[in-house]
Amino acid sequence: MCDVQYAVDGRIIFNGLNLRARRGRITAVMGPSGTGKTTLLRLITAQAAATSGKVAVLGQDLGQANKAEIYSLRKRMGMLFQNGALLTDLSVFENVAFPVRENTDLPEPLIRRLVLAKLQAVGLRGAAELMPAELSGGMARRVALARAIVMDPEILIYDEPFVGLDPISMGVILRLIKQMNVALGITSVVVSHDVQELASIADDSYLLSGGKVVAHGSPQELERSDSQIVHQFMSGEADGPVAFHYPASDYFEQLLTEEEP
Amino acid sequence: MSNGRQDENFIVGGIRRMGAIFLFLFRLLGQSVPAMARPSLIIAQIYNAGGRSLIIIMLCGLFVGMVLGLQGFQLLQRFGSEEALGSAAALGLLKELGPVVTALLFAGRAGTALTSEIGLMRATDQLTAMEIMSVDPLRYVAAPRFLGGVIAMPLLAAIFSVVGLFGAQLIGVQLMHVDQGAFWSQLQGAVGLRDVTEGLVKSCVFGVSCSLIAVHEGYNAAPTAAGVGLATTRTVVASSVMTLLLDYVLTAFFL
Repeated sequence: MCDVQYAVDGRIIFNGLNLRARRGRITAVMGPSGTGKTTLLRLITAQAAATSGKVAVLGQDLGQANKAEIYSLRKRMGMLFQNGALLTDLSVFENVAFPVRENTDLPEPLIRRLVLAKLQAVGLRGAAELMPAELSGGMARRVALARAIVMDPEILIYDEPFVGLDPISMGVILRLIKQMNVALGITSVVVSHDVQELASIADDSYLLSGGKVVAHGSPQELERSDSQIVHQFMSGEADGPVAFHYPASDYFEQLLTEEEP
Repeated sequence: MSNGRQDENFIVGGIRRMGAIFLFLFRLLGQSVPAMARPSLIIAQIYNAGGRSLIIIMLCGLFVGMVLGLQGFQLLQRFGSEEALGSAAALGLLKELGPVVTALLFAGRAGTALTSEIGLMRATDQLTAMEIMSVDPLRYVAAPRFLGGVIAMPLLAAIFSVVGLFGAQLIGVQLMHVDQGAFWSQLQGAVGLRDVTEGLVKSCVFGVSCSLIAVHEGYNAAPTAAGVGLATTRTVVASSVMTLLLDYVLTAFFL
């Protein structure tokens, strides 16, 4: 992403964003809530177009690509959604088989083997016949991961993969992200604010704030950074450059007036 | 002055909304052709929109027919022409009540289900996930549901009219002792192909408008609980108003 600007209804989300995810590496994108981390993923997956600047994925400039080219490019990408986004009227097996059925003409026996192999990789081959409503949050996320890798993508994008998971499920997802990267050589982009978890697997880290990258480097380099905002984020301090209080009038003055609220 | 500005905004907003719905219709029709290559998806939606509405349609058809039989008998008795009950009930049901009441019930039962289902798919990122998997949700989700509704509506309206006629006959012939032969022969003599066509055209048009509104509202619902609720309400209100408006236009056209 090169000098990317993005605004919605006049509100600037990104203002000169530069970011590069290296092939075969795990790139972590961190930042306080509301900094546009999910919007960044929308730009990478061409769900939204940058106001200016260049967004290129696998060498293709998304600003120049038409709908067919974007759909073709997406076949080389996989995405794990925050809530899994499993299709609720399909079983676990059918969910994983869905992209293969829709995008290829592979024969049924081959689809079956492919799906079972991916479910085995995430440890849920035994849950193939269950419906999404019967899965726990962690299991749903693992099924979604199996679905994301079933087309053997070159890039895998994770949107807040650790949110709402118990420590065991979080450990499992963490191990799977690393495994996918090492075993399959998939380029991974992980958007999250779980600093410690990301530090254990990421090769590169970007910290976003105020619509820009405020720090970039390995997790260890970020830990050693002198920047106040990096220090506040990495150590989880309540107040700092990112203020604890939302901008408001004087507290005592407001208490003494009888105006609403 | 501010009232004038509000009126202007209301009119411009309305025109913009109509434009958005028509654009959506063209996109939907464009995706309906490839969607037809997957008949299993469309059949499943005919069952969802039609099969699951069958009980309520038949029940309401029976009661509407019974009321028609009762009211019609009371009215026709004043002029000593009770035998005309069959033709009055048949014409009323085929041309007006069948298509209109079915469309209103369809909007309340199947339309709301369509809107909330698609809206929830939007709110839980299922539609976005499809886009990321290179599957156009318009083709996979919206088009089969639209086609399912369009096909189901005339079938439901026909069933409504038949059950309604049975209800009218039940009251007129069995309860009020109108001559059975006169009831059916009057009906046969008065109802022509043109009347059946009018009912069929109306139910097809209502099928398109109700399904289009339901799918459009669900597809464009704000991805929140309140957004899906609002979209569902809008489906019922817009479908009902549009059904009655189109009914007037089509009735005037067929006169």
